[in-house]
Amino acid sequence: MIYKDSKPILEVRGLSATVNGIEILNGLNLTVKSGEVHAIMGPNGSGKSTFAKVLAGHTAYDVTAGSVLFEGKNLFELAPEERARAGVFLAFQYPIEIPGVANSQFLRLSYNTVQAQRGKEELDPLEFDDFVREKMKLLEMSPDFLDRSVNEGFSGGEKKRNEILQMALLDPRLAILDETDSGLDIDALRIVSQGVNLLANKDNAIVLVTHYQRLLNYIVPDFVHVMEAGRIIKTGDKDLALELEWRGYDWVGAEYNAKMATL
Amino acid sequence: MSAVLQTLVNQPYKHGFITNIESDIAPKGLNEETIRMISAKKSEPQWLLEFRLKSYQAWLKMEEPTWANVHYPKIDLQAISYYAAPKQKPKLNSIDEVDPELLRTFEKLGVPLHERMALAGVAVDVVFDSVSVATTYKAKLAEVGIIFCSMSEAVLEHPKLVQKYLGKVVPIGDNFYAALNSAVFTDGSFCYIPKGVKCPMELSTYFRINTEETGQFERTLIIAEEGASVSYLEGCTAPAFSSNQLHAAVVELVALDNADIKYSTVQNWYAGDENGVGGVYNFVTKRGLAKGVNSRISWTQVETGSAITWKYPSVILFGDNSVGEFYSVAVTNHLQQADTGTKMVHIGKNTRSTIVSKGISAGRSNNSYRGLVKVTPRAAGARNYSQCDSMLIGDQSGANTFPYIQVRNNTAQVEHEASTSKIGEDQLFYFAQRGVDAEAAVSMIINGFCKDVFKQLPMEFAVEATQLLGLKLEGSVG
Repeated sequence: MIYKDSKPILEVRGLSATVNGIEILNGLNLTVKSGEVHAIMGPNGSGKSTFAKVLAGHTAYDVTAGSVLFEGKNLFELAPEERARAGVFLAFQYPIEIPGVANSQFLRLSYNTVQAQRGKEELDPLEFDDFVREKMKLLEMSPDFLDRSVNEGFSGGEKKRNEILQMALLDPRLAILDETDSGLDIDALRIVSQGVNLLANKDNAIVLVTHYQRLLNYIVPDFVHVMEAGRIIKTGDKDLALELEWRGYDWVGAEYNAKMATL
Repeated sequence: MSAVLQTLVNQPYKHGFITNIESDIAPKGLNEETIRMISAKKSEPQWLLEFRLKSYQAWLKMEEPTWANVHYPKIDLQAISYYAAPKQKPKLNSIDEVDPELLRTFEKLGVPLHERMALAGVAVDVVFDSVSVATTYKAKLAEVGIIFCSMSEAVLEHPKLVQKYLGKVVPIGDNFYAALNSAVFTDGSFCYIPKGVKCPMELSTYFRINTEETGQFERTLIIAEEGASVSYLEGCTAPAFSSNQLHAAVVELVALDNADIKYSTVQNWYAGDENGVGGVYNFVTKRGLAKGVNSRISWTQVETGSAITWKYPSVILFGDNSVGEFYSVAVTNHLQQADTGTKMVHIGKNTRSTIVSKGISAGRSNNSYRGLVKVTPRAAGARNYSQCDSMLIGDQSGANTFPYIQVRNNTAQVEHEASTSKIGEDQLFYFAQRGVDAEAAVSMIINGFCKDVFKQLPMEFAVEATQLLGLKLEGSVG
């Protein structure tokens, strides 16, 4: 939701980034303020997921130009774990499996690390168990999730719910959801979306990276951006997503090129 | 390998100091004279000298084994000294008479020898170079009839028991290093648990090699009579020398009817530096004979040190319904090489064995599991379950599995499972994105990987092993 007195959470200016020397992001600009929900859409290979990973600090990507301020501070001065502790959260498109590590252990370590950073109290295993079970109810997750190894043998939908559970635990300022809707059936999509909606408030911001308009029926964005060739070429409101649904992406590129030609 | 992983695996070895103590060191080299000298120094009976000389003759005819997946320059066995002992009074009556320098050494290693300071409920025998310097809680154990002392003392005080069992599980000609050990062994621990006695405390031996260019050849013998049970643990460290040290031990276990022996090892010999200079060559023969019906022998090992490890703690399942277990974590880093595993030989009916091996390779190291499961024709109803998992850290290390299975009885059931995994950048990034740094992440992943083995260790040592692994792998992740 757009608030009058909201503060900027994320300010991206002229961001360019490469992977293995190939340019993926090319002068991207974006401002996200507290309380807002942004959707980033675009065809395959337009750089949406790369943008998400660059913000989280994945080492495979090199930032070659531009700046990113997170709550007014230079994001690139922070290591990936410091960004996470500062409140940047990425729900992964493909959450990785960690065999042998119980989900409960992993979640508690993560939660306590972030709590410690915020000067808040850490929870012992019993306290944490109560706390996490409450959060799991929101996502209609069965308690046996806690005993299983992190993401190991989880279905696509279970993995995505586990991501949103982590978001609920860590209470981030900026949550970037990378294709969280992919691989979800209608029921799972509804549950995950409800979870995200419950977590959204006027102090945090959500960036949804998605291919499809479908997710946006459940999580209504304040802004919809279209990405192509590593930059945002068009921004609109939620109606833009509907238009993209029936017209595709080609016309946006054509319109952008025509506009650039006149400059 | 990323920088974080690098720094994680490259922690300095903290037991690498040298104790300055006046020592009695034999001239380098090995011949019959050396053996007679060792035997004389220990005032041994004639039968033991003969045992040694027979072993020496057998050894002379043997070739150093080359089948293991380890590579090193030929060891010049004439260039090392076969006996080194701190000079001290001929006979010690109490811990207070032990050289204070030695007491300080073991305190520094976390093995205090004064019983009032010692780990509660753990009796310790400490072996420094070639001799045992102290054994704690001896009197208390004697009250229930348990003999726990150094091998040298056992030879003098309990010759019949030693003679009855020495070389019976690992015969003198078993292999090149066992034969060498049988000829020149200097000290080690001896435990005898009488019929029906459950040992009231953990027994443990701490081995320390101090002198450069010596070999440590310890000999340990544990006997559990009918219905007896014991849990025994050994720990090992050595100073950081640029030359290699040889450690060729022999451990023999005998479990009679309904007896239970649990033998745990935390091996942290000096592993050499990051370029593979120095370190201990650990060539060890460990074998248990589950002789009686319903007897059980369980090996648990956490192998983190040594430049080269060549070790296969095995169980001969002779008694009907006997049980053999092998739980192993072997970690290699830098240029370390490990070829380790077990042999489970099923002879009795309805014998069961379990093998759980976890290999972790970092740096440019090479880690191999080698195991034999053999079911002989009379072992009807034998069962084995083996699980061998390897974990690679970084992209320059190697892991191998060499399982040998020989089944000669068609009622046997043998299962083998194996897996290989890798701590990858993407796993570490996932942890990082949840606020967890690489060190904590690696520690959690490794502990998860090893938990089936760690839970077999006695409580105090499980903690130590977990910490040891953390130190060992600090900096290997990047």
